[in-house]
Amino acid sequence: MTKKEAIEVEGTVIEALPNAMFRVQLPNGHEVLAHISGKIRMHYIRVLPGDKVLIELSPYDLKRGRITYRLK
Amino acid sequence: MGIEIKSAREVDAMRQAGRIVSTILKILSDRIRPGMKTKELDVIAAREIKRLGAESSFLGYRGYPANVCVSINDEIVHGIPGDRVLEEGDIVSLDFGVVYRGYHGDAAVTLGVGKIAPEARRLIEATQASLEKGIAAARAGGHLGDISAAIQACAESQGYSVVREYTGHGIGRQMHEDPQIPNCVDPPFGLKPGAGPALKKGMTLAIEPMLNVGDWHTRVAEDHWTVLTADGSLSAHFEHTIAIDDKEPEVLTRGDHD
Repeated sequence: MTKKEAIEVEGTVIEALPNAMFRVQLPNGHEVLAHISGKIRMHYIRVLPGDKVLIELSPYDLKRGRITYRLK
Repeated sequence: MGIEIKSAREVDAMRQAGRIVSTILKILSDRIRPGMKTKELDVIAAREIKRLGAESSFLGYRGYPANVCVSINDEIVHGIPGDRVLEEGDIVSLDFGVVYRGYHGDAAVTLGVGKIAPEARRLIEATQASLEKGIAAARAGGHLGDISAAIQACAESQGYSVVREYTGHGIGRQMHEDPQIPNCVDPPFGLKPGAGPALKKGMTLAIEPMLNVGDWHTRVAEDHWTVLTADGSLSAHFEHTIAIDDKEPEVLTRGDHD
């Protein structure tokens, strides 16, 4: 059975929430609730409001995503 | 997440799951004939899974209601078996997976029903060839994008488009593991040759090109599962589960019959 392609997009962090969740705004204006990928957490990469990040959206729920990379 | 590396023992378990998949796919393939309802295939699949002591990977997956996906003509993947009757000249993709002792195997073939048009035969052969090219590119030391590039080059050289929005996938304890394996190199879907994660011995991957006669865009039917070509053109689909080894990859779902 095939896998539905997960979509990667850039966004800007607008608010840090408890439990390593963030509200991220996408270029199209949509807001997504995103958690942090394990790799970012392991390497203590701090994500702050205003940071540009790469997020992986779930094709099943486009309001949620996973932050996979903090862009410089 | 990351890509799991399987031990020799785990690969052996997946070999057994793969063997069950290829055995049952062969049984289903032999039963295909004009006039049969697609749900008959699901009944056979359910019975054979039970007989061989395995469980379906598909049944109940995100609510999927059957043991096998049966996708006809312009249906690309995820067709639900039902009352539709196979007709002479149809092409049918059978996609099938089991979990056995905790490990999954997943494979697909596309077959003609009775006598089919030469153009349909050509599409099926090109899709199978694209899968073989993709498998041959899956070597330790290479990169995931090498697989994507090999598949797309083979498909497009024969005048077909590759579906972008659905991909192959890592496989093991879960049917879908990291990474996703695109069938093309074009952004934002694809991976260029040499790009993506490095391939290592012990990675187990389900590679599955889907080729369309027309363009690559898709739509989903009202049943929320069946994926069709947007332009109504014919589509074919082949899949194998493989394990990356030191030299040639091992195809875990290849039976003695093919």
